[in-house]
Amino acid sequence: MTAPFPTHRQEEWRYADLEALKPVWEQFAEPVTMTVAAGESLEEVWLPSADDVQLRRIQVALGKAAKARIFALNTAPVYGRIELEVSLEEGAEFELFGANIGAGLSTNEIVTNVKHVGIGGRSRQTVRSVLNGKAIGSYLGKVEVARGAQRTDAEQSVKAMLLDRGATANCKPELEIFADDVKCAHGASVGELDAMQLFYAESRGLDPAGARSLLLEGFVMGLWDSASDGDAIRDAAREALRKVVA
Amino acid sequence: MLDITNLHATVAGKPILNGVSLHVPAGEVHAIMGPNGSGKSTLAYLLAGRPGYEATEGGATFDGRDLLAMEAHERAAAGLFLGFQYPVEIPGISYLQFLRESLNSQRRARAEEELSAAEFIKLAKAQAQLLGMDTEMLKRPVNVGFSGGEKKRAEMVQMGIMSPRFAVLDETDSGLDIDALKAVGAGINRIMRAPDKGVLLITHYQRLLDYVEPDKVHVLYRGEIVRSGGPELSHELERQGYAEAAA
Ligand SMILES: Nc1ncnc2c1ncn2[C@@H]1O[C@H](COP(=O)(O)OP(=O)(O)O)[C@@H](O)[C@H]1O
Ligand SMILES: [Mg+2]
Repeated sequence: MTAPFPTHRQEEWRYADLEALKPVWEQFAEPVTMTVAAGESLEEVWLPSADDVQLRRIQVALGKAAKARIFALNTAPVYGRIELEVSLEEGAEFELFGANIGAGLSTNEIVTNVKHVGIGGRSRQTVRSVLNGKAIGSYLGKVEVARGAQRTDAEQSVKAMLLDRGATANCKPELEIFADDVKCAHGASVGELDAMQLFYAESRGLDPAGARSLLLEGFVMGLWDSASDGDAIRDAAREALRKVVA
Repeated sequence: MLDITNLHATVAGKPILNGVSLHVPAGEVHAIMGPNGSGKSTLAYLLAGRPGYEATEGGATFDGRDLLAMEAHERAAAGLFLGFQYPVEIPGISYLQFLRESLNSQRRARAEEELSAAEFIKLAKAQAQLLGMDTEMLKRPVNVGFSGGEKKRAEMVQMGIMSPRFAVLDETDSGLDIDALKAVGAGINRIMRAPDKGVLLITHYQRLLDYVEPDKVHVLYRGEIVRSGGPELSHELERQGYAEAAA
């Protein structure tokens, strides 16, 4: 049985390009589940494909003191969606480093639901978006802290760069906390490139387009610093940025 | 080499330069001294092409070309280098990448062959070593986490790598301890003392001038050059202060 097709009335689908999704829904409807056993670690690098519509629906179950670190690049030409549901048992750690790089009329979104179930779990989500034209880039991040999940430490950092007036960044952090000894922080900003950084780069000989693309690269590339094998995602991100900056 | 004629400039609606004229021929180092707020950095930014800094009157030529008509990156390709009073941090980009892309962009503009990664690393390491900068720092993001002195030293490493024809150095000496000051002074002499190069050395202390002896010293006061003289003028300023020298 396939899951029912979503609607915009569902919060986690409100910015989705449902029209683009419809023809491929059958193929993606069921999420893939990954389990990380107690004390184990998982590191994943999710690269984009060349498809117009790309959907990843992943559930990650982290056992006691298990660790997962995910690097994800979302840069579909039409519609890209990375959907992650994560549950953390006692002392588990989850890190997401994600980028939406969107050109033209594309919609790219990262949608997470992080459930702190056990005590002392830690989650870090860092998302950067670079958008041109009329592209839409979204981050919808829900953090649930269950009753009893004391000493949870959850953080979300979301930043976007809009290169054209028509581009849109959506950021919706959402917290549901049922424990009282919890540290949750989120920061979000939409910005333009720093004029002084641009001038510094140009004074060294980079033309304005080269300086812009270098600064955008810096904005995104910091995401992959902790990847143990980050070369592929670095190259893919550079390639995607070249298209967005051109 | 560098000719500045009756340059007036307004920044954010406020007149800052009120008719600066200056001629620095090839082979010379000229110092500009002046109190805080006299317009030294404004002059430097104007020469380097910082957006928002525009001449309202007068102009500047570099080897006969209209400098102010060129964009910042064209000025760099023409051989102009600005050593920043406050070097800028660029997270996420290593010094090696930043400088290699910058240098190769200059070289493309001059129709010269680009340097390969290996050639560039060799050049960058050699220059870092000459200036006493730890070569590992070249792998770090541009100026991020550098101390004030390390940033200034890194500016000189950049100058060594670019090997410009003309350098405008804006208070490169501030924030340096005595050893760093010696290294930077020696660097300026090594990189820029040549018959076909020139330097405009902006400072408000005498101490850098003990290592880099200027051919001429100019006093900038409230947006005007109020006095010009030989190296002895900097000693006079040190003794008397600017107000008296300007009177
Ligand atoms: N971006 C700016 N906006 C407004 N005022 C400025 C700006 N930059 C410089 N100024 C003013 O211009 C004057 C000269 O500054 P500056 O050129 O930095 O002097 P100096 O380098 O000699 O200390 C000062 O009064 C300063 O406050
Ligand atoms: Mg200054």
